[in-house]
Amino acid sequence: MPMSALSKFVDPINSFARKVPTWLVYILYSLPIPYLFWLAQTGGMGVEPINALEREMGEITLQLLIIGLAITPARKYLGLNLLKFRRAIGVMAFFYVVVHLGIWVLLDMNLRWGQMWADIWKRPYITIGMAAFLGMIPLAVTSNNWSVRKLGAASWRKMHKLVYPIAVLGAVHFIMVQKVWEVEPLLYLTVILGLLALRYKPSQKASGVSANG
Amino acid sequence: MAHRWKNTFTHADVTPEPLWLNRRAILAGMAGAGALGGVGSVAAQEALEPNTWEQITTYNNFYEFGTGKSDPSDNAGDMVTDPWEITIDGMVDNPGTFSLAELVDGMTMEERLYRFRCVEAWAMVVPWNGFELADLLNRAGIQDGATHVAFETAVLPDVMPGVRRNVIEFPYVEGLRLDEAVHPLTIMATGIYDRPLANQSGAPIRLVVPWKYGFKSIKSIVKITVTNEQPPTTWNKINAREYGFYSNVNPQVDHPRWSQASHRVIGGGLFNSREDTLMFNGYPEVASLYEGMDLRENY
Repeated sequence: MPMSALSKFVDPINSFARKVPTWLVYILYSLPIPYLFWLAQTGGMGVEPINALEREMGEITLQLLIIGLAITPARKYLGLNLLKFRRAIGVMAFFYVVVHLGIWVLLDMNLRWGQMWADIWKRPYITIGMAAFLGMIPLAVTSNNWSVRKLGAASWRKMHKLVYPIAVLGAVHFIMVQKVWEVEPLLYLTVILGLLALRYKPSQKASGVSANG
Repeated sequence: MAHRWKNTFTHADVTPEPLWLNRRAILAGMAGAGALGGVGSVAAQEALEPNTWEQITTYNNFYEFGTGKSDPSDNAGDMVTDPWEITIDGMVDNPGTFSLAELVDGMTMEERLYRFRCVEAWAMVVPWNGFELADLLNRAGIQDGATHVAFETAVLPDVMPGVRRNVIEFPYVEGLRLDEAVHPLTIMATGIYDRPLANQSGAPIRLVVPWKYGFKSIKSIVKITVTNEQPPTTWNKINAREYGFYSNVNPQVDHPRWSQASHRVIGGGLFNSREDTLMFNGYPEVASLYEGMDLRENY
């Protein structure tokens, strides 16, 4: 790998990233929510704003999961160090999935608990989406230094690998909502599976080559 | 002929679109609603408020132009609908290929304010202009032994990006049993709000079967075939488990992937847009067509 050529691009990003405070992730990723609701309310998302909002929040959740999953491979293969943002990104992914679910419960289903309860059990795509959401709860709850200390770094890290199946389930959920095989949801799944594959395959044979600064 | 089915409003009630929007008192006009009794009749008689032209023409499924809801309004503009030819063939006495003007000539044009319920669990109310399919079929002369009617949508790859990408198998085909086709509720629509159909709404002529899920109401028709066997239908071919030949609106029979018990009303805004789905979409007078049939089996 031509490390020196790569570092020409990566080093400035790394030094810039060092100066960017992590709270900026929370601020920047909070802004789309009021904006999207405003758009929906004022007709900017078409005549069926609830579905559009639901989908938008779901997609941003998946995008954040993808960004979170990309951080380790980016460091390993590109030397790009964005590790300090990962917690904020994960927490925001959870925040978006809560909004996504909230839209479904309140705006889409209008609190029809009976129908929602039946759907959660009867409709595989909702079952899968709900499973992914439930899986994210313990990760969100333990996304703080106290939990890392309490659990111990090793078991904390092991627990947070739960995000791998969660991301896959999220993408499958997105694919299954569609009536036909749509390109976009398939792309999400492909990217997620790709990022997971990057973790496994090369790490075994290339373990000796890595560990450079 | 025609005028076999009546809205409770008359032609004098037909008003320009801006005024439509303010009218809250147009009744669904279910003369036969009493037959259903109870909840159904109450719900069926509640006021129907038509959706706006903008709502009706910007939220569409028309896969020939793409799978997104706004793809049809974005992409359908290049379809040329004049001249347009429709072939009527199969078991009819007077088969032939007709221009739209020839086809419509002599038909009784009416306003029909219908609920439109998509299989995806959303709904609109559309003020169609059209004529009863029965009149067209009678003029064509239905031959003895005919049992079904098949329909086909135009395939125009040059102006249909969805066709070029082959998102599903084209031409889009649909079908009805003959008694469904000649039911007075079944119309061939050529307009909405007294304007010609927008391309994305299925210009220049489409089927409207208000008690069935929207995909049965095939758009931009180029061929009508009277036949003696149940014709293949597009969504049934794509996924027979999810989309049956009949596809009557039925809140008791769910789509395998979602409930059909309720739907969201387009234009309902962000709050309180969900309402209960009615049996046969609130048109109980068609129930007699399916007497003795297991509608769970024949979904």
